[in-house]
Amino acid sequence: MTTPPMRPSTPQRPSSAEVGRRRVWSDHDVEQVIGRLLQAGVVIASIVVIVGGAMLLVRHGAERPAFSVFRGESSHLRSIGATLRGVLAGDARAIVQLGLVLLIATPVARVALTLAAFAAQRDRLYVAMTAVVLVLLLVGLVS
Amino acid sequence: MSLALLALLVAAGSFGAGLLGAVTGLGGGIVVVPMLTILFHVDIRYAIGASLVSVIATSSGAAAAYVREGFTNVRVGIFLEVATTAGALLGAALANVVPTSALAVLFGIVLLYSAYRSLRGDSATADLPPPDPLGETLRLNGSYPDSVGRVPYVVHRVPMGFALMLLAGTLSALLGIGSGVVKVLAMDRAMRLPFKVSTTTSNFMIGVTAAASAGVYLHRGYVEPAIAFPVMLGVLAGAVLGARMLAGAEVKWLRRIFTAVVCVLALEMLYKGLTGGV
Repeated sequence: MTTPPMRPSTPQRPSSAEVGRRRVWSDHDVEQVIGRLLQAGVVIASIVVIVGGAMLLVRHGAERPAFSVFRGESSHLRSIGATLRGVLAGDARAIVQLGLVLLIATPVARVALTLAAFAAQRDRLYVAMTAVVLVLLLVGLVS
Repeated sequence: MSLALLALLVAAGSFGAGLLGAVTGLGGGIVVVPMLTILFHVDIRYAIGASLVSVIATSSGAAAAYVREGFTNVRVGIFLEVATTAGALLGAALANVVPTSALAVLFGIVLLYSAYRSLRGDSATADLPPPDPLGETLRLNGSYPDSVGRVPYVVHRVPMGFALMLLAGTLSALLGIGSGVVKVLAMDRAMRLPFKVSTTTSNFMIGVTAAASAGVYLHRGYVEPAIAFPVMLGVLAGAVLGARMLAGAEVKWLRRIFTAVVCVLALEMLYKGLTGGV
């Protein structure tokens, strides 16, 4: 399946290309950068998860764990610090968990990057909105 | 069942979840939770943790393509994220006050009605309200790629869309459902964005909504690596394929698939509400 025909430049896009004298980021530029960040986050997280997952299957693939019983409270991977210590010790579950944490961090990084992009566009209204989203997001993450 | 076989089967099922989640803008959780609990007898808490991972994987995996292709309206996404993230916190605060069973029944009925309206939506453009001047002020109007080039569009009923998003965030926190359904419906029905813009922008936003509650789930031990890893990899592969299919897909079919998923979710809500399972 091919991508739809794209215009060579961005004539019809609503862009704030000219602000003052200097050309600032257009909405199209912002979209490309956000897309790249999401892609990078997903690829990095996947590589880590694949490495950890492969180790997990090699070591424990033949076992028959009972996931019908919840043992989450006793998991040592509930904090980032413990996860990192597990990664250094070569614990496969900890490596997978690190990859999952990287995946969860990707949308947060995306909001932070969007904030920077709107700031580069000098779009105060959207800088304010994105800042509110980022603060609410961080409140949710730490609470 | 051995861990290796479980991982293989879960990854295969998750592939389908990611594909469906990416083309409908609903995320993969709707498929992942019943698959893990009913087919593989996984504890609901592990399933919820895996579902959270699947929503973020679908969102980020598909959005990487949708944003760069110009389907996603980033400004609409950010504007509405203000409402959904605030709604999520509001929902968490209201959790002990609101009768969730009655709410689930009400929500199920509203969903069924919305599904009916959404299916008729492709032809019913006669009752289109005038464009909202706020769309211009907030620079929410945009254009999206089609086979003929970029098609411009304007947004309608911005305050109503914002209010519905606040409700979407609150409901997803109260009822433990993915917020994608209300997001797509609010953009499609209230703001009258083109369907592909609605679904891709919803897809863009659900990752952020899910990430907001990720800290809690991680800390409670809901995210089990051995279950989450095949879910994540399967969902990602499905989402990437779904994102490639969207550009060429007919809106008529996308609407039908979306409506079918909404109906299933509506019945699930009615069942849960009437049996007190919320």
